[in-house]
Amino acid sequence: MTLALYRIDDRLIHGQVVVGWGQPLDVSFIVLVDDEVSGSDWEQDLYRMGVPPHIEVIFASVPAAAELLPSWEADARVGILLVGDIDTAVALAERAPQVRRFNVGGVHHRTGRRERLRFVYLTDEEAAKLRQLAGRGVEVTAQDVPTARAVPVAEFT
Amino acid sequence: MSELRGVIVSHAAVAQALVAAVTAITGIEGALTPVSNEGCGSEALTERLSQAVGRGPAVLFVDLPGGSCLTSSARYAKQHADIAVVTGVNLAMLLDFVFHRNIPPAEAARRAVDAGAKAIRVTAA
Repeated sequence: MTLALYRIDDRLIHGQVVVGWGQPLDVSFIVLVDDEVSGSDWEQDLYRMGVPPHIEVIFASVPAAAELLPSWEADARVGILLVGDIDTAVALAERAPQVRRFNVGGVHHRTGRRERLRFVYLTDEEAAKLRQLAGRGVEVTAQDVPTARAVPVAEFT
Repeated sequence: MSELRGVIVSHAAVAQALVAAVTAITGIEGALTPVSNEGCGSEALTERLSQAVGRGPAVLFVDLPGGSCLTSSARYAKQHADIAVVTGVNLAMLLDFVFHRNIPPAEAARRAVDAGAKAIRVTAA
């Protein structure tokens, strides 16, 4: 199979990812791309706690992920790739042309952000970055769970 | 030693429902504080946790052994020595906890785990 979902979610590994998406996709591995987490054993142990033992969790920095992306895409199993913020998504897409889509699954309220969808809050700068990402040919949609509609980027930025 | 506070950290309204159930059964009010992760990123959830814990000491009762509720709770506890974290919260452990809050957080956490685990069983047909 391949990486079935590229997701931006500031909670990274959590119930919606592992159960909500993981079950219907029959996911066998999750790639968490985050420069900070990839350098912290303590953080990695914390995120592994939320994942059943039959699902492999891979931690990678952005440069490492860009290098390893072709191997994950060629993996016979189904996987999910996660990033925690829009800057990381953009950085990965710039380094790895294999990235063709991103699902905005959860970007929550913070000072300077305003509500775009119930589960998506963005600054104007973040919204512009998503539009630019889409402009480079990456399909950007917002969808928290598989049963929800995938909202096109133009509708929430 | 000041009496422990219990903070239930959950998805949706699970925490509020558990607090209501404990109060209905025991009549004890104010021992438990519900925190929901609804609409929260990690920063907002940490802020909710901080307000709920107050000065501590406290035990954080988290619904699942993974996910946003746990990651925020574990990070918070790492920075505060008088906080313990228990996952897999259930009503039985909370009922025991509210009557045993004059012990150190780590001991209360172990006691809650024992009480909660004993309540999980398959009943005879």
